[in-house]
Amino acid sequence: MATQLAEPTAKSNAPQESVVVRFAGDSGDGMQLTGGQFTLSSALAGNDFATFPDFPAEIRAPQGTLFGVSAFQINFGSTSIDTAGDAPDVLVAMNPAALKTNVGALKPGGLIIADTGEFTKRNLEKAKYDVSPLEDGTLAKWQVLAFDISALTLESVKPFGLGNKEALRCKNMWTLGLALWMFDRDRAPLIDWLNAKFAKNKVLADANIAALNAGHAYGETAELEGSIHKLHLGPVATPAGLYRTITGADAVALGLVAGAQLAHLPMFFGGYPITPASSILHALVRLKEFGVTTFQAEDEIAAICAAIGASYAGQLGVTSSSGPGIALKGEAMGLAVMTELPLVIVNSQRGGPSTGLPTKTEQSDLYQAVYGRNGDAPIPVVSARSPSDAFECAIEACRIAVQYMTPVILLTDGYIANAAEPWKVPDPADYAEFPVTFLAEKNAGDTLLPYKRDAKGARPWIKPGTPGLMHRIGGIEKQVDTGHLDYSPANHQAMTDARKAKVDGIAQSIPDQDVCLGNPGGKLAVVGWGSTYGPIHQAVGRARAKGLDVSHIHVRHIWPLPQNLGELLKGYDKVLVPEMNTGQFKTVLRDQFLIDARPLTKTSGQPFTIAEIEAAIEGALA
Amino acid sequence: MNAITPITTTTLKDWETDQEVRWCPGCGDYAILKAVQRTLPELGADPANTVFVSGIGCSSRFPYYVESYGFHTIHGRAPAFATGIKLANPQLDVWLVTGDGDGMSIGGNHMMHVLRRNLDCQILLFNNEIYGLTKGQYSPTSREGTTSPTTPLGSVDRPASPCAFALGAGARFIARGFDVSKELPNVLKAAYHHKGAAFIEIFQNCIVYNKDRFEDFAAPKGAEDRQLWLQNAEPMLFAKGTKGIALDTEKLTLKVVDVVDGDWQAAGVIVHDVTNRSIAHMLVEMPFGPFPMALGVLYDDPRPTFEAAVMAEREQAAAGKEPNLAKLLAKGQTWTVTEDGPEL
Repeated sequence: MATQLAEPTAKSNAPQESVVVRFAGDSGDGMQLTGGQFTLSSALAGNDFATFPDFPAEIRAPQGTLFGVSAFQINFGSTSIDTAGDAPDVLVAMNPAALKTNVGALKPGGLIIADTGEFTKRNLEKAKYDVSPLEDGTLAKWQVLAFDISALTLESVKPFGLGNKEALRCKNMWTLGLALWMFDRDRAPLIDWLNAKFAKNKVLADANIAALNAGHAYGETAELEGSIHKLHLGPVATPAGLYRTITGADAVALGLVAGAQLAHLPMFFGGYPITPASSILHALVRLKEFGVTTFQAEDEIAAICAAIGASYAGQLGVTSSSGPGIALKGEAMGLAVMTELPLVIVNSQRGGPSTGLPTKTEQSDLYQAVYGRNGDAPIPVVSARSPSDAFECAIEACRIAVQYMTPVILLTDGYIANAAEPWKVPDPADYAEFPVTFLAEKNAGDTLLPYKRDAKGARPWIKPGTPGLMHRIGGIEKQVDTGHLDYSPANHQAMTDARKAKVDGIAQSIPDQDVCLGNPGGKLAVVGWGSTYGPIHQAVGRARAKGLDVSHIHVRHIWPLPQNLGELLKGYDKVLVPEMNTGQFKTVLRDQFLIDARPLTKTSGQPFTIAEIEAAIEGALA
Repeated sequence: MNAITPITTTTLKDWETDQEVRWCPGCGDYAILKAVQRTLPELGADPANTVFVSGIGCSSRFPYYVESYGFHTIHGRAPAFATGIKLANPQLDVWLVTGDGDGMSIGGNHMMHVLRRNLDCQILLFNNEIYGLTKGQYSPTSREGTTSPTTPLGSVDRPASPCAFALGAGARFIARGFDVSKELPNVLKAAYHHKGAAFIEIFQNCIVYNKDRFEDFAAPKGAEDRQLWLQNAEPMLFAKGTKGIALDTEKLTLKVVDVVDGDWQAAGVIVHDVTNRSIAHMLVEMPFGPFPMALGVLYDDPRPTFEAAVMAEREQAAAGKEPNLAKLLAKGQTWTVTEDGPEL
């Protein structure tokens, strides 16, 4: 798109192979739906893509207000895409508030498509505009394409006799139709989708299809010539196979189901509604045929306690929440550590502290995951770098939990949970099984030793209902081997050491840390974890293209860390750690390896841009 | 309890662990432990199929002393653990042991929900009206004016009534007993035979911090005058049949009436119907003093259990569906990338 614009953009020093489009409108305008369908059409065009839905915490914020703006950004192209893009090339603004809150991010020379039908006096006032920005010249550095989408939509759906409100709801499909024309996309899959979505209401289906077609037809009319043209972005070279789009929340749900299957266990999921973690529960309630029992508990504490109860009774217990809910679960996590029962705890991180920014993303729960419990309560921590990676990480969390008889924390974040990317559908047969064996008879001659450890330091899993193996467990310090109550000094020392050694030992079962871009040693390592993968990878790639000696290392296993990580990092002159918090992983790295890791922090509720990390790399190497 | 559990032959000894019991000498908990251990063989319960789950507090040490499966969890949360256990394996007999602090204060929320959902389990709430394990602070069931380390001038808040709470939360079985009562095993049996959440408040003597708090009705001397032992289908009589409970139809309350020559019908004494929820409301609220202490099974009217409903829904949702992981992963809008490009 950008190469077609009237003015060259600041960074268009090479032919652009990707485009960033942001759809922004009122939270009731259906922008997330529009974005989602545009994403699908990108997938079908063979483009690689990444998306970033950004919506308000309020379900139905007052219409036309600045805080009620909902946006969906997609970066797509014929090249490999790792982030949802820094600055949009195209902004679709469905009302003045959407324009005001988003135009600042638009690239100079970028294109604004605005619905003049919504630029009424009242809406301008709500968006705190004295004069319409479409008329006062303030948008001069961009291209503006303003026309009355509302009226055009009403006109296109007139034959269907809808009420005014219902008819205007078709605006998003009209806009989508225009976008499909701009990027030379096939309308057929969208028409199929609308027919399926409104299968029970033929009139609504037909009206939406008519709006979609009208938007597309509008693009072809003479009125647009000279300002924008069709742009075709060819397919990206991807390995052959079956693909689908996946969000992080769905990937976690599927990964948990896969993990339970690989462990040969039924799964019990205890959850309590919280943004942005609820979608995992929503996905799992529909998978009962996979031996999944879901339980919406009375609170976060009950959700984890029920999951621990289910693990105790022989299922794979799982609970999921976001920062504030995870805080409530802290005491129960300690019990799972003490009773050495498997458990997976998923934290979809959001901006904090306290209620913080429920719908915005952050990585600020790393301290909470690694250190946030009373007592010496080590818990392994795994972090997902992208929506599709969340599938792999969920399986890994299940494996560690059942093989080491331990709770495991899986960190994702609001960005990963909601963002979508293409996913090459994996074959379950490619994953190694890790079947669980429950203790069936006494394990020390005539005696049962519930805390007798195997070579990995794990105790046996003993299901109630097993004849002859009755025993008691609980949160009071356990005696070595027998598990009886024992407060004695030597025993507490021994058990604290054993719990730590067990979790430390997990490092032996995880792969050595790789360098995902660059060399194992050099001037600068950029070390990331979680959803910063995309911007770091792109930024390091660009810096290397300029000849800078910089490498990207992305850590999945936050605790315990990969065994070679310390030595690997010592091979670089400098270590830079970009993270969406005030420097938490940096602290862990300094503590574990005594290295001078430097932070690059961002806590605005928005992901890093590539440019921000690129600038930091250049700064570090200057 | 579980209806299909086979009868297992055990003796009291089979239910004793080798662990040293660590309650204070003379604590009411000993009597309750014995009553439970004596009752379990009579129920034909199987130690391997029995799980005692507890929270935190003196009462919650209970599982360590019963030779079955046991889980001593965290403060107030035993109902949540029990829910997970029972949903994971509905065949297990689950007993929940809690106290007035554990069950009515920090765990009040979970208690409400386990009762409302009607999880099949027996809930033994040891009510000693004090925090024992933390050395004697007043509890949510302490009577007004209770002096304690945290209320040196006497407590000012009104006490919670566990049975009224349970009924309000939707419990379908409510009973009362006390530690040294010979009737306690019968109450335990009735609770075991009730399919669903069975709530039993057991008054328990904390001899260190709240000694003889229940003597006013529990003392053997004059007990007949102060205890109303409820029996289903029997008239509500006490004081050796000379007094009874009747319904004041104008005020819609209960009243104590004298029974002359055993003619309780003439005195208007009501016959206990354990399924009558209206009368149950009056019984759980019946104040001791003007009235005797209502003991035994106050209410027993089963309805389908939570775990049965969850299992049924799960089976229904899974019926006819093949758990094929490969198909699940490939669900939704997919496209195939070939050498010629993507296609639907």
